[in-house]
Amino acid sequence: MFAVAADRVWKYFGDFPALRGATLEVRAGSCLALLGRNGAGKTTLLRIFANLSKPTKGEIKIHGRTGYLGHGIGVYDDLSAFENLVFFGELQGVANPAKAANEALERVGLGRVKDGMAREFSRGMRQRLAVARAFLHKPEILLLDEPFTSLDDKAIAVLQSLLSDALAQGATIVMSTHQIREAMELATHVAMLERGKIVHAGPRAPEMLSDPAWLYRTYGEIQ
Amino acid sequence: MQGLRSAFAIAKKDLQTELRTKESINAAASFALVILVLFSFAFDLGREELYAISGGLLWLVYSFAGALIVNRGFARELPNDCLEVLMSSPAPAWSIFLGKSVAAFFLLLIVELISLPVFGLFYNIRWLQNFGSLAMVILLATWGITVVGTSFSAVTVNVRLRELMLPVLLYPILIPLLIGAMGTTTALLGGESLGGDNIASLRLLIGFDAIYTALALYLIDFVLIV
Amino acid sequence: MREKAVYVLGLLAAFVMIFNLNTVFNKLPDEAMQGAVYRIIFIHVPAAIDADIFFTVSLLTAVLFLVTRKFIWDSVTVSCIEVGTMLVFLNLVTGSIWGRNQWGIWWAWDLRMTSQLMCFLLYLGYLLVRPAIAEPTQKATLSAIVAIFAYADIPLVLMAIRLPNVRTQHPGPVLETGNLAPAFRAPFGIGILALLLMGTALVLVRLHQETTRREIDSLRRELHAA
Repeated sequence: MFAVAADRVWKYFGDFPALRGATLEVRAGSCLALLGRNGAGKTTLLRIFANLSKPTKGEIKIHGRTGYLGHGIGVYDDLSAFENLVFFGELQGVANPAKAANEALERVGLGRVKDGMAREFSRGMRQRLAVARAFLHKPEILLLDEPFTSLDDKAIAVLQSLLSDALAQGATIVMSTHQIREAMELATHVAMLERGKIVHAGPRAPEMLSDPAWLYRTYGEIQ
Repeated sequence: MQGLRSAFAIAKKDLQTELRTKESINAAASFALVILVLFSFAFDLGREELYAISGGLLWLVYSFAGALIVNRGFARELPNDCLEVLMSSPAPAWSIFLGKSVAAFFLLLIVELISLPVFGLFYNIRWLQNFGSLAMVILLATWGITVVGTSFSAVTVNVRLRELMLPVLLYPILIPLLIGAMGTTTALLGGESLGGDNIASLRLLIGFDAIYTALALYLIDFVLIV
Repeated sequence: MREKAVYVLGLLAAFVMIFNLNTVFNKLPDEAMQGAVYRIIFIHVPAAIDADIFFTVSLLTAVLFLVTRKFIWDSVTVSCIEVGTMLVFLNLVTGSIWGRNQWGIWWAWDLRMTSQLMCFLLYLGYLLVRPAIAEPTQKATLSAIVAIFAYADIPLVLMAIRLPNVRTQHPGPVLETGNLAPAFRAPFGIGILALLLMGTALVLVRLHQETTRREIDSLRRELHAA
């Protein structure tokens, strides 16, 4: 049973094909690490999954609610951490936004500063707030675009803990990444995008854990 | 319905952030006041003539302030990529648009209500008579400004030179609305009631609002997704 | 083949135009009241009528683009709007000349000229915003929406300038075309046809230019992607 599927998806920006017939199935409950060079189409594919962009051709199937963590932090500087989460909770149709916000803030370690303005948070705190936002409505599917990039240690730990908890509860995760090492710890499956096409998709192999660059050498283009 | 809930949440959020920082309200209100002062130097008019231009002057000031307010509409979602989060949420595009238009409406109304007494003071115009009818005209025309303005705010959010492009697009479209509002306001401030000739203007305002609200709600889907 | 058609059309348009001008200048007598300058009507009014035709086509193709997402419709839209705007400008200039000759003033806020001026401003916004959008799909989508908003304003403008208390109602010079004598009807109709043919030829040229530009862009991108 798959949670997220792309069937021969093409995405044109003007005349440039960012995705060229990408086909991918992500099994429910799995954690997929999406690898690929810059410009391969990872962000484009994730944005299509997150309903931020419509495919030019092809179909997308999503079974479940999605939570998206993109390049931007996605919180309002002029609201407090608590107000931010209450707002996003209301947007997501969460039953009791205030309660969910408090729980999420505790979970990421921001409980004590919940009434602080997001503008005054340190970078790591802002990132943890962003993670809290993405997980707030307990989505069945998590779409993360290079989530470990420029995270500080505490934020990385929080994110990894949240992700493994989510997996334990049956969520599906699709995460694009350059930080192969952090991703490989959590990943159950791996897929690789090369110039808009999926050139490899399958379970995580032991070689990938010990030598992350192996994937690029095997399936990617010769440097 | 979830759509209305989201619209309400977005309107509340916009008003919360704006009233906390007061960035665009301060800018719009200051701008309005400066223009009122400037115009009083531009013309040296007797009482009769002042009343004859009162509606025109007032709506010039309101439309300039309006452009400043609606410019922030979708632009306030750009820092930290919040626009993406809004768009990827279950909230439909029309509810995002509605929430922002309503917030802009109230913000512009605040600026207008601040400017009105100042206008009355500087130009010696009595505006309390007929205030009910005046209020109706203000509400109708303000909604027209904010609904078209917020639409173009969405259209120009990622466009180069947004602050320039938005007024260039907005003002020509608003001309019929402003013509109707100006004429009626002049009449009302001059002591006429809202009947007779002014009914046609009222119909124009209502027609404008209806057409552009419907168009905007329908077309916003195409703007907010790429 | 396509290019040959455009040349033929252009030549035909030029021929019809010259034939008509010849009729207008050499065959028709001077009009009783206005003297020689009335001949400008054979360009002035057809320009307005044909501009309306092109703008209406642009509305349809803008909607078609939003529905089908095929770029050809966007190219037709921009071509028609450019030609329409040119024709409106022609109408404004000829109207101004006519007015100067007849009434001694270059501009009078009469109903027709004012509505044409509004039209010009509306579509000027469209033409100014387009270059400011970099990404091709966004450019096409957003300008289609602007085109629809602009067209929707036209009936509202016509309503607005007919309101009482608006300066276009003040008694003043009006460029009256009135009823055309039978002798004048044929050149008038041919005038409409001539500008229509010329406009269509220009649209085709512009369309060809747009199509070629897109091909070049796509080739360039493919080259970089390789």
